[in-house]
Amino acid sequence: MADGDSNIGGGGGGRFPATRWSAVLAARSADAAERSRGLDQLISAYWKPVYKYIRMRWNKPREDAQDLTQDFFARVIEKGFFDRYDPGKARLRTFVRVCVDGMVANEAKAAGRLKRGGDAVHISLDFDSAETELVRAGASFVTQDKPATREIASPDSMEEFFEKEWVRSLFSVAVETLRGECERRGKQIHFRLFEIYDLEDSGDGRTSYEHLARDFGIAVTDVTNHLSYVRREFRRIALEKLREMCASEDEFRREARAIFGIEPA
Amino acid sequence: MSWLSDDAVARLRDVGSEPDLSATPYGFVGALGRGGMGAVFLVEDSRLGRRVAMKVLDLPDRSGALEARLVREARVLAQLEHPGIVPVHDVGSLADGRVFYTMKYVEGRRLDEWAGSAASLAERLRLFEKICEPVAFAHSRGVLHRDLKPANVMVGPFGEVLVMDWGVAKIVGGAVTESVPAPAASAAPVIPASDSKSSAATGDTAHGSVLGTPGFMAPEQERGEVGQLDSRADIYSLGAILKFLAAPASGGKIPRRLAAIIGKAMSEEPQSRYSSAQALAYDVAGYLDGLPVSAYPEGIFERAVRVASRNRVAVVLVLAYLLMRILLIFWRPR
Repeated sequence: MADGDSNIGGGGGGRFPATRWSAVLAARSADAAERSRGLDQLISAYWKPVYKYIRMRWNKPREDAQDLTQDFFARVIEKGFFDRYDPGKARLRTFVRVCVDGMVANEAKAAGRLKRGGDAVHISLDFDSAETELVRAGASFVTQDKPATREIASPDSMEEFFEKEWVRSLFSVAVETLRGECERRGKQIHFRLFEIYDLEDSGDGRTSYEHLARDFGIAVTDVTNHLSYVRREFRRIALEKLREMCASEDEFRREARAIFGIEPA
Repeated sequence: MSWLSDDAVARLRDVGSEPDLSATPYGFVGALGRGGMGAVFLVEDSRLGRRVAMKVLDLPDRSGALEARLVREARVLAQLEHPGIVPVHDVGSLADGRVFYTMKYVEGRRLDEWAGSAASLAERLRLFEKICEPVAFAHSRGVLHRDLKPANVMVGPFGEVLVMDWGVAKIVGGAVTESVPAPAASAAPVIPASDSKSSAATGDTAHGSVLGTPGFMAPEQERGEVGQLDSRADIYSLGAILKFLAAPASGGKIPRRLAAIIGKAMSEEPQSRYSSAQALAYDVAGYLDGLPVSAYPEGIFERAVRVASRNRVAVVLVLAYLLMRILLIFWRPR
């Protein structure tokens, strides 16, 4: 994955790591395959938040933001980025965000960033989808060629923005994995119900179980049971993905509390 | 990859915190609330066709301390059979590893919400008396609540009162024990073995630890003097609840005798407080009935005013009789 293209942002993939597997620890591994696998997982979850953050926080035009995102993850791969991460001091996403800030600030101070050479690491990332998401999120000022026209937001609100985008990215990865799991198990109706009831915005309020039962020609109890199954699976997968993104059990617990709205005990 | 809107992300956060009820006889109905240790959900028991409240730990707890605390809370509740204490139905663990217990679903309002109603001072004080009853009962069984506050009291639709959230209760002796057999769980039972040395199991808390809620916590509890705590710490909290209830109905000025009762319950020194929740309730009942209260030594004049106001009809009749006599004396036909 370090050389050439690697289709990271394209979809869920079917890997299902062991419960305690940590992508952060794997990214520090001496074993090349393990290291590559760990970096794949981390980049999948982080590239969109990083790209969007650079666009919004640093007011960068699309092309510059793409280059900076590529630069950042190239450094992640080439320079043992995660070796420096200490889970005792900060959450991983805080560490990533601070490193992005440092890199972009240094780039701004320099007279100009050298264009990346032909032998540099290149990661295939679907920047168009990230742009579309920014627009759908309401960032209507984001255009193809121009930088965002508003002032750079305050660090506090941008910190929230990065965290929100990170959670969105984590959930998106979990939903894609869930979709794959449901397809493999022949539970497409289950997933479709989940998609309609929990993921889609109908605009005029949520549809009812009775309505779904009529549309799918099944009993209301089946809707209840199917949704219950898929939600349970989503929870399991989301927690597994989250665990992969953490370097320690303690960090995982803190993150799970934060993400699922649970106050620390 | 799917685009997830902000609303979808918010819904998925909720979905993530829902309990995994597979392999249990319970069906998910909705979320009820969240506490320090976990969340409370409304679920339907398919065996009996009734709705119950399910308290679930937030996450599988690998250390076991929180699990032990939740199970201990269920056990304490199970042994405190009183109409003012919510009954426990079941305890066990879910397929996702989280420990739960189910209890009666109380369709009512929390006391802090109820207190915003237009209830009169007398209604509030009658309700307060009901709060004292289960607390007094728990004390008689050697259990301290340690987190009494309006948010932990439910007022039912028939005016019944239930004292909730015994998660930080402390067993100080008496009839309640930890060495009860683990009840059969409806899902895979993972009841931690009772361990009298475990702080989570006994409710013992390390000296210096502070459990409770500021504003409703006794000073010694706030200082973390865990070993010194006895029922008088709960008396202090009851006093704070009484003040909370009385203030809005008193136009900002709590009557002197009632203020004295609150002052005694909330004394800085435990030995100056009421010796029991019954004694506190007795004084409140006395205040309501116009009887003397132990917290307020009154003078002769005050006593006369109190007796007169308590026996208003008799006083009026006597005065009317005297007036008639006087009139007869002066206006007797000559």
